[in-house]
Formats: sequence, structure tokens, C-alpha cells
Amino acid sequence: MSEKELGQKWDRCLADCAVKLGTGLGLGIVFSVVFFKRRTWPIVFGTGLGLGMAYSNCQNDLRSHYVLHSKVAKEE
Amino acid sequence: MYLPLFIFYSSICLYLKSCSRKTFYQRAYFTHREQFFGFVQWKDVTLPVKSSESFLIQTLPSCQCVCGKVKAHPLQHCRRYTTAGGSGSTAGKIVAASLLTVGGGLGGTILYAKWDPKFRSNIEKSVPYSDQLFEMALGPPPPPLVPLQKKPGKIEPLQISSLSEASKESKQPKAKAKKSDPAPAEAPPAVEEAPAPTPQTLEEASAEAAHIILAISEVPSVPAPGTSDESPPGHMAAGEESKDHHEPALKERPAEEVSARLAQQDKAEQDALSALTAGLEESLGSSAKTTLQAIGAQEAALTAIARHTNKLKEAMDSETPPDEKSTQWKALNEALSDRARAMEEAEEALLKAKGELEKLRGMINSAKQSKIDAARPQILAAEENFHSMIVDLDKVVTKVQTAQTEAKIVSQYSELVNEAKAQFQQELANITPEIQANWKGLSGKLSADDLNSLIAHAHRRIDQLNRELAEQRVREQIHIEAALEQLKLEDQKALERAVVSALEHRREDMRLEQEKKVQEVREVMEAEMRTQLRRQAAAHTDHLRDVLKVQEQELREEAQEILNSKMMEQETHYRRITQEQLDTFTLDMSAAYARLKGIEEAIDSHVIAEEEARKAHQLWLSVEALNYTLKSAGADSPTEPLEGAVRAIKENCAENEFAQALATALPEESLSRGIYSEASLRARFYDIRRLARRVALIDETRNSLYQYFLSFLQSVLLFEREQVAPPAKLAPEDLDTFRLLAYATYSIERGDLELAAKFVNQLRGESQRVAQDWLKEARLTLETKQVIGLLSAYANAVGLGTTQAP
Repeated sequence: MSEKELGQKWDRCLADCAVKLGTGLGLGIVFSVVFFKRRTWPIVFGTGLGLGMAYSNCQNDLRSHYVLHSKVAKEE
Repeated sequence: MYLPLFIFYSSICLYLKSCSRKTFYQRAYFTHREQFFGFVQWKDVTLPVKSSESFLIQTLPSCQCVCGKVKAHPLQHCRRYTTAGGSGSTAGKIVAASLLTVGGGLGGTILYAKWDPKFRSNIEKSVPYSDQLFEMALGPPPPPLVPLQKKPGKIEPLQISSLSEASKESKQPKAKAKKSDPAPAEAPPAVEEAPAPTPQTLEEASAEAAHIILAISEVPSVPAPGTSDESPPGHMAAGEESKDHHEPALKERPAEEVSARLAQQDKAEQDALSALTAGLEESLGSSAKTTLQAIGAQEAALTAIARHTNKLKEAMDSETPPDEKSTQWKALNEALSDRARAMEEAEEALLKAKGELEKLRGMINSAKQSKIDAARPQILAAEENFHSMIVDLDKVVTKVQTAQTEAKIVSQYSELVNEAKAQFQQELANITPEIQANWKGLSGKLSADDLNSLIAHAHRRIDQLNRELAEQRVREQIHIEAALEQLKLEDQKALERAVVSALEHRREDMRLEQEKKVQEVREVMEAEMRTQLRRQAAAHTDHLRDVLKVQEQELREEAQEILNSKMMEQETHYRRITQEQLDTFTLDMSAAYARLKGIEEAIDSHVIAEEEARKAHQLWLSVEALNYTLKSAGADSPTEPLEGAVRAIKENCAENEFAQALATALPEESLSRGIYSEASLRARFYDIRRLARRVALIDETRNSLYQYFLSFLQSVLLFEREQVAPPAKLAPEDLDTFRLLAYATYSIERGDLELAAKFVNQLRGESQRVAQDWLKEARLTLETKQVIGLLSAYANAVGLGTTQAP
């Protein structure tokens, strides 16, 4: 159903957000702990990275219908 | 009647209740305005209470505003306030209220009783001592209205009888008697015989009346005024009264009754007549006998007197020898005694005769009063006899009287003579005292002295007598004159008496003659009248006979005419009916034949029609089956695939092109997958709506996540009506998502899926994408429904067309 599509998208979006956020956070923590002497900026950076990626993914997903796909026509 | 009481009482109760409620509210309001810290006392516990709480508690009307101390019930008891009420003030109030009610009821009752006496009597009857109370309060009850007693109805028969008496006065004898009331009761049985016993009753009545009249002279008068003096005997009056009653009731008695009455009357008359005659004859006979006896006795007395006087005269006049003198004297004495006896007998007989004659007179009078014509000659004869008897008696009596006077004269004369003789004897005795002892022995013992003295005495006597005679002669004239005078007087008296009696007799004779003449004339007249009447009757019968003959003729002719006309009528009627029957028969026959033909045709055409109907029916059935499959849609699942039903239609209606075309017009999806029901679509629509609202801002140009957020915010913050009626024409500003969705909601709520689909179709952007599937489903459903609707309408139309009206 077309109405369920949006919902599904949002589900994916959220899931993706959660994953990315978590991953970002984790990596940030790891990097912060491992490489950057427990500073907060890698955590924040990693979280932001994750959040940003999730946001843009979500946006793209929601936008996907309206994006025009072009094809280069083969020259004959 | 109890209504005013009830109203009064209920108004008091309501007032009291409202009073208490008002105070309740007043108190509540009052305490509410006061905001103060106070203490609440509850079951000997003093609790501090804030103003807000005190408000709650003090709204209970059982509380009193005592500064700082408030009696209270806990809140949960406030609902039970109306039934509780333990404090003394409430008890006092209750007592006062009840007293007021009772007093009001009493006052109302008394007032109403004063106004309505019937109500008062009712209460007095039902409540034991209320009459005393009422008397104390209002005075004695008003006197009951009693209708005036009717006067006893006994006056009426008497009045009627008096009326009847007044009418019949002229006919009835006015016997002054009065009978009591039971007499009218006896009247009815006596009505029938009223005419018959009239004369006898009258006789008896008149006889009785004479007896009664003295007895009842002191009886008080009857209530009926004015007529008591002239009321005839009671049963007579009653008889008349009943007769009168009958007369107004029956104006004309039937002839039989009249003749019966006449016969009765005649019979009664005959009876009376015979009775009368018998009585008359009897009395006549007896009186005649006694009269004859009296006459005989009188005549015997007469003869005895005559004899006696003769003997006396003889004894006086004749100079008979002394021995015969004694016999003469003896005979004289005998005659005297005879005479005395005869006189006595005569007297007796006379008295008897007089008595009988009186009786006879009475009978004759009563007979005369009875007014029976037939008895008249007898009455006349009786009167004549009576008269003659009286005349004879009178004559004889006069004769006896004359004889008596003569005898008196003679006796006087004899007395004188005896006196003279005695005197003479005494003188003789004086003169010749010695001889006086023996008169008879005189002749032997007489001496000359005695003889001389005797002769001298005799001479002296003779001288004396001569002197006396001379004196007598002188006085003779005077004496004679005096005697004549006396005689004249006596004669005159006798004459007068004789004249009077003769006049009486003459008058009686004349009256008798007149009566006889009258009787004769009457008889003649009666005879003549009878003959005239007979003639009239004869003439009448002749006339009647003629008239009857003529009438008979006329009626016969009329009847004949009527008979003829009726016969003619019947003939024509019969002919007409037979003709009609023939006509109707031929008509029926032709009609039946035509109908038969028609029926055959109809049956033939019917077969075709039946066929058509069968086909239509089949089509309809298959369409119904198709319709039925539509119903198999669940809440969210589609219906069964319509393929089967459509195939069935296609098979059943192979020759029906319209049906075939329609069947093929169904969309594929519905055939293979089935369609959703309108209800499910409707339910789904609300989801669509929600989503569409949320993504209303998203379209090709705006589709970032921020836009999504904004759109969501818009949908949350935008308040609008869920359903808005769509206008007839859409203007460009109606193409807003929200507006469109409102229209669609409205339409779908009204069951118009098509319009809703149209509105949803106008959505643009993401909303459109979201609603796409729904729209498709809606389209499918609509299409299928349309086709099926067409099919069923077509099937119904075909079915209607092929159905034949019964």
C-alpha cells in the first residue's frame, strides 16, 4: 500500500539513525579512548558524524521518488 | 370537595420545605462569604479548620455560626441531612410545622363546611364528634329542605263525585245523606248494575234517608266544599263517579254494550215494575180488606148506635109495663154495650184502615217517584181505589158521627128524663118517706093521707111543671134560636167540612181523570212514535240496501278492471323476461366462444412470456449472486473474486448482449482479486487522511527532512473542521490539501465514495503518492459497483417487463 510506504521509510530511517548514531558514538568513544586521550571531541565528532549520515540517508530515502534519474543516451 | 383542603395542606408543606431550603442556601451562602479560621467541633472533638475547609463544612445547614465553635457533621453525612435532625431546634421546628399543618387543615375544613352544607353533613356522618365541633364553631346545621307533603288523594274522588253530583243534581232526588269513603271503593263492582238498581236503590235510599237525616245532622262537613249539602247517597255518587270516569274514557260505547245496557235497563224496569205492581196490589188488597172491614165495622157500629138510640127512645117514650121495662132496660144495656163494642171495633178497624191507607199512599208516592211509565195505569188504578176507599171511609165516618150526635142527643134526653124521674122519685120520697122503700108494693099500702099528699104533691108538681112549661115556652124561642144558631154553626162547620172534603174528593177525581187522560195521550203518542220510527227504520234499511247494491256493482267493476290490468302486466312481463333470457343466452354463448378464443391466444402468448420471464429471472438471479459476492468483503480483506459469478452470468445470459457487454466491462482486478468494501475503504481513508495531512507540504520542491518536520508541525498546529461541505464548484483556493481532505471526509461520511475519490484525486505531491493505492482501490470498487448496479437495474427492468400483471 502506498500509505504504508511512508511508514516503512520512516522505520528504516529511524533504524538507520539508531545504527549510525550508535556506531558513530561507539567509534568516537573508541577513537577518543584509543587515539585521543579520552577527550570528548571525538565522541561528539563521531556522534555528529553518525547523526549526519543518518539524516542525509533518511532525507534521501524520503526524497527518492522525486529525484530525477537521467540516463545518458548511447550515441548511435 | 376535598380539593381545597388538599391544596391548602400542600401549599403549607411546600412553603415549609422551601423555607427550610432557603435558609439552607442562605446559610450556605452566608458562611461561604465568611472566610475565617475557625474550629470545628465534631463529637466532642474540636478540630482547627481553615477557611476553605470551613466553607465545605459550614455549608451543612446543621451548623450554627457560633464564633469559633461550629457543630458539624462530616462531609459524607451531608447527603443524609434531610433525614437526620437530632438537635432540639429542628425538633421544635418540626413540631411547629406539624401544628401549623394540622391547624391549617382544621381551619380549612371548617371554612369549607361553612360554605357547603352537604360537605358538612358528610363529615358529621363520617367523623364521630365533628358535629359538636361544627356546632360550636358554626352554629346549628341548616334545616333540611323537605318537599311539601302532598294532600291525601281521598279528596279527589269526593270532589269528582261532587262534580258528578252537580251535573246529575237535576235528575237525582236531593236526599240529604252522606256516606263515608269506603263507599267509593265498593262502587266499581257496582258500576255495571248502576242503572238497574237505580230505582230500588232510590226507594231504599229515600226510605233510609228519612231515617238517617236526623242521625247525621251533627256529622261535620266533608273537606270538599260547597257540595256537602247536596250529595246523594255515597254509592250512588260513586256509581255516578265511576260512570263519569267511564264516560270521558269511552265516548261511545259499542252497540252491543248499548243494547245490552238497554236490555238490562228494560229488564231492571220490568223487575221494578213487577215488584211495584206486586207491592201495589198487595197493599191495595190489604188496604181494601181493611177498609171494607172498617166500613163494615162502622156500619155495624152505626146500626148498633141506631138500635141503641131506638131502644133508648122506646125506653123513654113508651109506657110499657114494668116487667117489660127491666127487660127493656136490659136490652138497652145490651144495646149500649153492643154499641160500645161496635164503636170500639169500628175505631180499631178505622185505625187499621187508616194505617193501611197511609201505607198505600206511601207506596203510591214512591211508585210515582220511580218514574216507570209502564206502571202508570196501575198507579192510576191504585190511586183511584185509594181515593174511593178514602171517600167511602169518610162517608161512613160521617154517618157514624151523625149517628153519634143523634145518640148523644137521645142519651142527653134520656139522661134528662132519668134525672127528672130521679128528682120526682126523690120528691116523692121526701113527701112520702115511708113508702120510698118499696115502690112496687105501693098499691096495697097507700093511705088517704099519703094519697092526698101524693095528689097535692102531684098537683104542686103539675103546677110547677106548668110554670116551667110556660117558662119554657117563653124561653123556647130563645132556646130555639140559640139552638138554631148553634145548629147553624154546627151546620156551617159540618158544611165546611163537607165542602172541604167534597172539594178534596173532587180535586182528587179531577187529578185522577187528568192523569188518566195524560196516560192515554202518552200511550197514543208512544204508539205513534213507534210506528214512525218503524217507518224510518224501514226506509233506512231500504236506502242502505240500494246503496249497498250500487256499491257492490262499482266495486265489482273496479276489481274486474284491476284484475284485467294486472293480467296484461303479467303477460307483457312474462314475454319480456323470456325475450331477455333468450338474448342473454345468445350473448353468453358468443361471449364464451370469444373468451375461449382469447384464452387460447393468451395461453399461447403466455408461453412466450413465461419463457422471457424465465430468462429474466435467471439473469436477475445471477446478478443477485454477483451482488451477494460483493457482501463477502471482510473488514480489511477484499471480496471473493467475482470471476465465478460473472462467468455464471455470461453463461446464463448468452443471448443477452447488454448483459454480456456489461459483464465484460468489469475490471480485471475485481474478477481476479475481488474488491474492497466501502466500509473498509472508508476506514482506510482516515489513515490516508492522517498521513496526507502530515506530509501536506511535501512535494517535488520541498522534500527535505526539515520540511517533513515543518509539515508535521503544520498538521499538528492547524485546527480545522474535520468535515466541510464541498461547494458546487471548486475554486482554486479549494485545492488546498487540508480543504480537499475535509471535503473528502465529508463526502465519505455521507457515503459518497465517488466524490471523495474525486477530491482525493486532486491531491498533489506526497499526499497524492500516499493516497495512490487507496484511490486505485476506490476506483476499482466504484467501477465494479457501477457495472453491477447497471446489471441489476437491467435485470430488474427486464424482470418487471416480463412480469404479467395478475
